[in-house]
Amino acid sequence: MELLIKNGRILDPSTNLDFIGDIYIKNGIIEEIGQDLQYSAEKLIDAKGLWVTPGLIDVHVHLREPGQEYKEDIESGSRSAAKGGFTTICCMPNTKPVVDNEVVVEYINMKAKKAGLVNVLPIGAITKGQEGEILANIGKMAEAGICAISEDGKSVLDANLLRKAMQYASMFDLPILSHCEEPSLATGFMNAGEMSALLGMKEIYPESEEIIVARDIILANNAKAKLHLCHLSTKGSIQLLKEAKLRGEIVTAEVTPHHFTLTEEAVEGYDTNTKVNPPLRTRIDVEAIKCGLRDGIVDIIATDHAPHHIDEKNCEYEVAANGIVGLETSVSLTITELVNKGYLTPIGLVEKMSTNPARMLGIDKGTLEIGKIADITIINPSIEYVVNGQEFESKSKNTPFNGMKLQGKAMYTIVGGQVIMEDGKIRGEIQ
Amino acid sequence: MWNRKDLVGLKDLSQDQIMEILELAKAMREKIDNKEARKDSLKKFSVLTLFYENSTRTKTSFTMAAEFLGADVNDLGISTSSVKKGESLIDTAKNLDQMGADIMIMRHGMTGAPHLIAKNCRGSVVNAGDGVNEHPTQALLDMFTIHEHKGKFQGLKIVIIGDIKHSRVARSNVFGLTKMGANVVLAGPSTMITSNMKALGADVTSDLNAAVKDADVIIGLRIQLERQKAGMFPDIREYSQLFGINKKLLSLAKDDVIVMHPGPVNRGVEMSTDIIDGDNSLILDQVKNGVAVRMAVIKLLMEGRKNNGITN
Ligand SMILES: [Zn+2]
Repeated sequence: MELLIKNGRILDPSTNLDFIGDIYIKNGIIEEIGQDLQYSAEKLIDAKGLWVTPGLIDVHVHLREPGQEYKEDIESGSRSAAKGGFTTICCMPNTKPVVDNEVVVEYINMKAKKAGLVNVLPIGAITKGQEGEILANIGKMAEAGICAISEDGKSVLDANLLRKAMQYASMFDLPILSHCEEPSLATGFMNAGEMSALLGMKEIYPESEEIIVARDIILANNAKAKLHLCHLSTKGSIQLLKEAKLRGEIVTAEVTPHHFTLTEEAVEGYDTNTKVNPPLRTRIDVEAIKCGLRDGIVDIIATDHAPHHIDEKNCEYEVAANGIVGLETSVSLTITELVNKGYLTPIGLVEKMSTNPARMLGIDKGTLEIGKIADITIINPSIEYVVNGQEFESKSKNTPFNGMKLQGKAMYTIVGGQVIMEDGKIRGEIQ
Repeated sequence: MWNRKDLVGLKDLSQDQIMEILELAKAMREKIDNKEARKDSLKKFSVLTLFYENSTRTKTSFTMAAEFLGADVNDLGISTSSVKKGESLIDTAKNLDQMGADIMIMRHGMTGAPHLIAKNCRGSVVNAGDGVNEHPTQALLDMFTIHEHKGKFQGLKIVIIGDIKHSRVARSNVFGLTKMGANVVLAGPSTMITSNMKALGADVTSDLNAAVKDADVIIGLRIQLERQKAGMFPDIREYSQLFGINKKLLSLAKDDVIVMHPGPVNRGVEMSTDIIDGDNSLILDQVKNGVAVRMAVIKLLMEGRKNNGITN
């Protein structure tokens, strides 16, 4: 099977490419990149006016399988990723049962293979059952192919145990993805700010996140661990990250599209689709996050794709589940909010959504280097559309972006040289 | 002409709508005073009370107001109902709505719960207190009492003292009173107020003396003893001495200051007995005005239903 992509804007920070040209793919491998490539290929893609980038990587998604397949499963999550332009996704271990041993890892690998769309890299838990008491089978899970460990959904509160986990994980070169939340300061349901005062809602303080960000940076530096901070949402967190980087410490961080797009003001009207953890913050925090991305302090954009059933959202705000589905709006929000508003260049987008995620995970992806596996995303940066959650491939439709007019969309998702998404259609439906 | 289906809070009401309620409440109050409350009853209609939190007083006040207007009032005993069986709030409300209640009076421990029901039901919803958010009829009766004695809102200095952060009464009062042009000062221990409250349009301080100076109205709030465990104040003794409303504090206010409290009062804690029973106190008037204000609200909502052709 050969594939020829013609006349696209080829964007790859890892090889320093930004030019209009062609890519020729043979047997799933990038054969040649250049201008006016003359090959007869089985499939020809006219990429005029489009961006051709290394396949996008989302390091933070919840696929809900095993255990909560009514929200999402590995197949529907893979379809959602493909539609959103992602070729690789990393799934969080807070499933039922928790991913805390190699058997569950292998189950996910098997299901992902069966879905056969995108690369699904499981993330293992830090502690057994995510109960914060005993280390999970980190070594055995590493053998089974996890890409990182995380207690996502909460923090490991026992600092000594986390320190041990960091030391242990460093033997296997696994990054630790840290969800930062001190629970005593997060008993409420939305950000502590003017909106919580206006809406009469119990509060989550920014310090809840910042205290753990500071703690984990200190612990990781001493344990020589690869720390990656998940979904930072406050100005204070960005500041702590910046200071650690200035000291030369090895730490990376991600932010989500909803945290750089929406403020706490979106909670007005008690729309439960705005309920997310960490919560939507203030305009000042949003600005700090965007500047953090612009200035290279924040490394990665990740969705924290968190599908929930309608019944878990159609209820009292306090009762509603935390989370937003993100795979199918991430590219559009990044272009609309960051590229179009001057915070990121197109190359910057690729860095945050492919190059840096691959580097953080230490995987051989996120590049258009010749000879590498052809995971490629092709994006139309100028197409405009209105978000309609009902059209999502994800089983769940919990998005606060319904009705929002966005610009930019993934047009092709290519995994291992195979086109798995074309103009919104998933392989099998593609003509 | 009244056109709102529900009364979920004062945040969304206009000045005119607030005045419309207060004026009608005045007429209702006169009827009550003349023992003619039942003379103005409406065509048969039905009212349902759903109290997910206990409050005998508020429920009784609403029930009497509805009965004076000729309603059939039913109470959904929450403890015995399907709520205990794990039915969702929306399902409970939708089921009740099918039974045809015109007005549902609802108290719930979670912010926004009445708003959710209002969106999902044909019946009109009156918020009788949601979470730490709003308690609109309590604020309306406070405003009625203030207006009755001061004849205006514009320019009045109104001080609310106590656990502001957890008080839906304070919040509804701030929304209503600032809208009408009063200057509202929120005062209490710094653990029970936040500067974010300024977003509501009020001044915020922990300096009670400065707060009360030249005040026209003082509203004390009930202190919840559980807050002690949550680290908001050390003990009752210290709270009452530093933040209680007493003679000495009152002497800083204007001579004709009026003192109110939504009840029930912890005597000697947030307010001393001589103040509660003193000449400046309107605490009992508030109770009587509560029925009048709730009659007005129910009457207007029923008119609104007629005007908008909503039937249930
Ligand atoms: Zn998380």
